[in-house]
Formats: sequence, structure tokens, C-alpha cells
Amino acid sequence: MAIKKFAVAAYDDEAVLFPAVKKVRKSGYKLHDVYTPFAVHGLDEAMGLKETDLHIAGFIYGLCGTSTAVGFISWIFTSDWPIVYGGKPHFALPAWIPITFELTVLFAAVGMTMTFCYLNQIMPGVKKHVFHPRQSDDLFVMAIELNEHTPEAEVIDFLKTTGAKETNVQMAEESWWYGRWDKKEEYEALNAG
Amino acid sequence: MHIKYESFVREPLVDGDKNYHQVSEDIIKPIEGKPGRMWYVGFFFSIILLFFGIFSVAWSVYWGLGTWGVNRTIGWGWDITNFVWWIGIGHAGTLISAILLLFRQGWRTGVNRAAEAMTIFAVMCAGQFPIWHMGRVWDGFWVLPLPNSRGPLWPNFDSPLLWDVFAISTYFTVSLLFWYSGLVPDFALIRDRAKTKLRRLLYGVASFGWTGTAKNWQRMEALALVLAGLSTPLVLSVHTIVSFDFATSVIPGWHTTIFPPYFVAGAVFSGFAMVNTLLVITRKILKLEEYITIGHLEAMNKVIVLTGSIVGVAYLTELFISWYSQSWGEMAAFKWRIMGPYWWSYWAMMTCNVVSPQLFWLKKLRRNIPFTFVMSIVVNIGMWFERFVIIVTSTYRDWVPGSWAYYSPEWPEVGFYLGTFGLFFTCYFLFAKYFPVIAVAEIKFVLKTSGDNYKRDMQVIEDKTEEEFVREIEAAHHEDHAEAAHN
Repeated sequence: MAIKKFAVAAYDDEAVLFPAVKKVRKSGYKLHDVYTPFAVHGLDEAMGLKETDLHIAGFIYGLCGTSTAVGFISWIFTSDWPIVYGGKPHFALPAWIPITFELTVLFAAVGMTMTFCYLNQIMPGVKKHVFHPRQSDDLFVMAIELNEHTPEAEVIDFLKTTGAKETNVQMAEESWWYGRWDKKEEYEALNAG
Repeated sequence: MHIKYESFVREPLVDGDKNYHQVSEDIIKPIEGKPGRMWYVGFFFSIILLFFGIFSVAWSVYWGLGTWGVNRTIGWGWDITNFVWWIGIGHAGTLISAILLLFRQGWRTGVNRAAEAMTIFAVMCAGQFPIWHMGRVWDGFWVLPLPNSRGPLWPNFDSPLLWDVFAISTYFTVSLLFWYSGLVPDFALIRDRAKTKLRRLLYGVASFGWTGTAKNWQRMEALALVLAGLSTPLVLSVHTIVSFDFATSVIPGWHTTIFPPYFVAGAVFSGFAMVNTLLVITRKILKLEEYITIGHLEAMNKVIVLTGSIVGVAYLTELFISWYSQSWGEMAAFKWRIMGPYWWSYWAMMTCNVVSPQLFWLKKLRRNIPFTFVMSIVVNIGMWFERFVIIVTSTYRDWVPGSWAYYSPEWPEVGFYLGTFGLFFTCYFLFAKYFPVIAVAEIKFVLKTSGDNYKRDMQVIEDKTEEEFVREIEAAHHEDHAEAAHN
């Protein structure tokens, strides 16, 4: 939780955004993040982000589901309350396949979605700074974190050379917080005018 | 050098001159405005149906299932027929969103949101029937494996009916997660452009605070892909397990190994028909003809003719096997299906499901909207009769001729069925008003490859000779390399 100063550039075309990201990385400025209205393929690579491990988490959750189902049903039917159903053996593994499969899928899906929310820090009631109201519509917005070594005028001039349609400097909360989206935050007054 | 190019053989998925902003405008506008008169009328009728359904169910619970037409010979009547019918309809959404994602079918982006919504509402309707069919519904939690004071006595994990409980609840949950995770960025879009405070507040909550960073999107794509991979076998398993409710019994007409694929094909068949029914109306009223194009409807009609033919082959196989088995029970069951007192249901099924969809082999009819609409309803009537045929006409003449019986529904059963239409359409009307009915972010993703105006720009490339094209690409490639070396 910290309020910091950012130089913000908005691009209206992915084709302009990609070289801009490249230039920013080469320039040594601290690239805070890029906000896009949809999944732009290759942007993560261009920014130097690692591939996500979310699918591995999904696999592990799935295994938990499988073992829960097999473990629980076999315990019930062989030890807790063994009953003969339709002449089947107590340990009737083929008959448990449907439920085992369903629980595998259920655990994997629910676990993965919850991990997804946790990693992205998204939840009902969570609020984050929106650098540009059209970053979810048609603009690709890049935010660069400023500090004492990077004078804002210099960074803004640099961003203009990368083909940005709009540039400005904003004070912004860099992380998330609980809040209502219809209320203005105190720090946002700093950006007024 | 990267070129966004898609063959001219493929129809554009988005018609008209669109840019990213125009896509947001077109799809979000109906949410921000007041709904039209048609919406109010439809919503009002749905609510009335819903309340009539609630009344019928309350009546059935208060007086008991003796108020229904089912008897000792025919224990499953309209309610289980309706259950299987709704759950079948609920298959198209996940098929479109999951299987077509894995098959990289671009046209799914226009229809997946509405189809998934339809799936979720259809599964909600389907779930009502087994629940209220329990009669003593207050004991319904016995199907859950909870520690209890009855031993603890656990449910029977070897029973297809319990498999069904797990299959349908899992299917509902996973479909809901898949659908909602896709909705989050679109809610963020509505939030960011909201003019009123209330809308900002509500869509702010619904959007989970999504801002769309590069990492967010990377994880979103990973999630969508894995959920699609999980949902693909899941969607096939659900109707397979529903068919086990019948196939694992020893009733002639039910005891057959063809049921799982036959049920799944039938489910896809009826589900796509329902998607067509809804989308033909939705695209017209919300003016989304440029996003849900005739090409989209045609693609779904192709699926309908394919699955309809599979279902047809399954019906004929059943008949052949009953004769080939030379089992008198099987042969009698099928003879009475075709020629017994319920002959009309068998022939309604055959006409609607096998004969009429064959008209879709004609391209003209596949692209004819009124015909598509009528056919989508005909198919769902046929699929309702299929379930009725399987359930009622397999049981009404059983092993003991003295217990042969006839079944017709009583009013609470009909009311219950109408009530689920009320539930379904109440949900769908609310969805169409408050949710983006097309996945905005996904349309933007395909816009530059499949949008009409962007495809037109590719005419320049199309006009070039092969050699020219290759030479230019190579030149651009060398430039890239030179630049990289320079840096």
C-alpha cells in the first residue's frame, strides 16, 4: 500500500504499443504495468513476464479431487459401513469412476478459479486505481513509475516519442484496497485539474 | 513481421465498420438504456409463469405426489422427461464455450456468452425436477454424503442416481465459474464507462476490481484454456451419466449400451436448437445482427443437422438391435413404442428429430432466419418427445400384463413444467438487460482478424502474386533482423 507518482501513456493501437513497450524496457524506466481492454497475445512476452503456473495449480487441485473421492468412498464402502449393493463387491472401483471424475473436475475448476482470483487480487469489494477510464474500452495504457532520478517532464517527452495518443502524470495507489467504486478516494484529489 | 490475415474463404465474424470503441458501444448500450416495451411484456409473462410454477410445486408438496398422474407402473412421467429435456438443452453452452474453444472455432465468440447463460439457466430448471420429485423434499439433503445421526448412513455411491447428483452439481458449478470469469472484464468495462453512481457501485462489485493488466490477461487465458479442457469431458460425462439412470437398469428399451453417445448427441442437438431460438430473437431486439451474423446461425444449423443425423442413426440402431437380439421383451417394447397406444409420441419424435432437420442440408434453408427459428422449436418439441418415449413408453407395458397402464399428466405436472419456462425466461430477460450478451473482450480479440472492415483491408495482400508476397515478407524479416543486430 503506497501512493506513488506515475507517468501514464495511452495508445490506441496494439501495433504502436508493442514497439513502445520495447523502448521503455530498453530505456531503463520502471515499467509499472500495461492495461489492455482484451488479451493482447505476446504482450506478456514483450514485457518480459514469465508464463503463469496456474495450470500446474489446477493439476494439483485435480489430483486432490481424485484422491478425496477414491479415499472417501473406499473408506465408507469397505470399512465404515460396508453394504452389498446388487451383488457388487465392496471395493467396486468401476462404479466409482463417475463420481471420482466429477470431483476431480470440480476441485480443479474451483481451486483454479480461487487461485486465479487470489493471484490477480480480485474479489467483490476490491478497488484498484484506474489510470484511464477507456483502458477497458479501446485504449492500451502504460504506466511508468517515477522517482527522484526520473524527472516527469523527461519521461513524458520520451513517452510522446513512442507514439502515445495521450500522456499525463498521476498520483496512484499501486496496490488494491477495499472500497466502493462510486466514491472518490482522497488521493485522487491530487490528480484533479 | 506479424500479419493479421485470415482466409477470404471464411466469412467475417463481425460485420460493418467496427473499431474497438464501436464494439463496446454496440454491446453495452442496451444495458445503459431503458428496455423496450417487448422486454417488459416478456418479463411480465415469465414472472406469471414462474409464479404459476411455484404454486403448482407448492400444491404438489402440500398434497403429495398423489396429485400427479404417475402411477405404480409409470413412476417417471413428465417430471423426469422435463428434467432430461432441460439438462440436454443445457449442453450447448459448454459445448460452444469449451469444445469450440479447443477446436479454435472463431465463431464461438459471438454466441458463447448467451449460450453459457442459457446453459446455466437450463441446468437450474433441470435441477428442480429431481428435487421436487422426491416428494418428501425436506429429506432431500439425504443425497449428500454428510455425517448424520442415521448410522452414519451414507448415500449409495454405486448408484447412477447419485452419480447424477454429483454430475449435475459439478456441471452447474464449473459452467458458472467459466461464464463468470469471462464476464469479469466486461463488467469492468461497464463500470469504467458508467455515468450513474449506482451503476458504478454495482458493476464495481460485480467486476471484482478487474483492471486488465498484462498478467491478469495472461492468467485469464490460462484459466479459460484449462477450464475448457476440464469442461470438455465434463459436458460429455453429464448426459452420459443421465443416460446411465436408464441404461444400467434391466427395463427393455432402457437396458442398452448405445444410450451414452445417443444421449449426448441428442443433448447437443436440442441445446443448439435452443441457442438458435434465443439468439434469433435476441439479435433482433438488441440490434446485434452484426455480431451474431447469419454465418453464426448457419454454423449452428450445421451442428443441428449433424447431431440430428446421429440421433436418427441411433433410433434405427435401437430398432435393429431389438430385432437382432431376438429377446421377446426387447422386441415387444419397441413394437409397442411404434404401434401401441403411445404411437403418436414415437412418430412425433421421428418426424421432428430425424426427418425435419435433414432440410438443413440445403444452404438456402440454413441461412433462412424464419426457417431456422421454426426449426429450432420443432427440434425441441421432438427432443421432448424423445425423452417422453424413452421414459413412458418403456415402462407402461411391463413384465406383468395385469399391471399395464396408461399415463397422462395432471395439472400440477404441467404447471411445474410451465413454471420452469417462467424461471428460465425470467433469468434470461434479466441477463439480456443487465449483462453484456456478447463477450466484448473476446470480440475485440478477434476483430482485427475476422472483422469485415479489417478483412477488406487484406484485399491488397490478396491481389498480390505469391512471389511478390513472399519477397516482401522476406524483406521485412531481414529488416527485423538487421534492426535486432544493430541494437
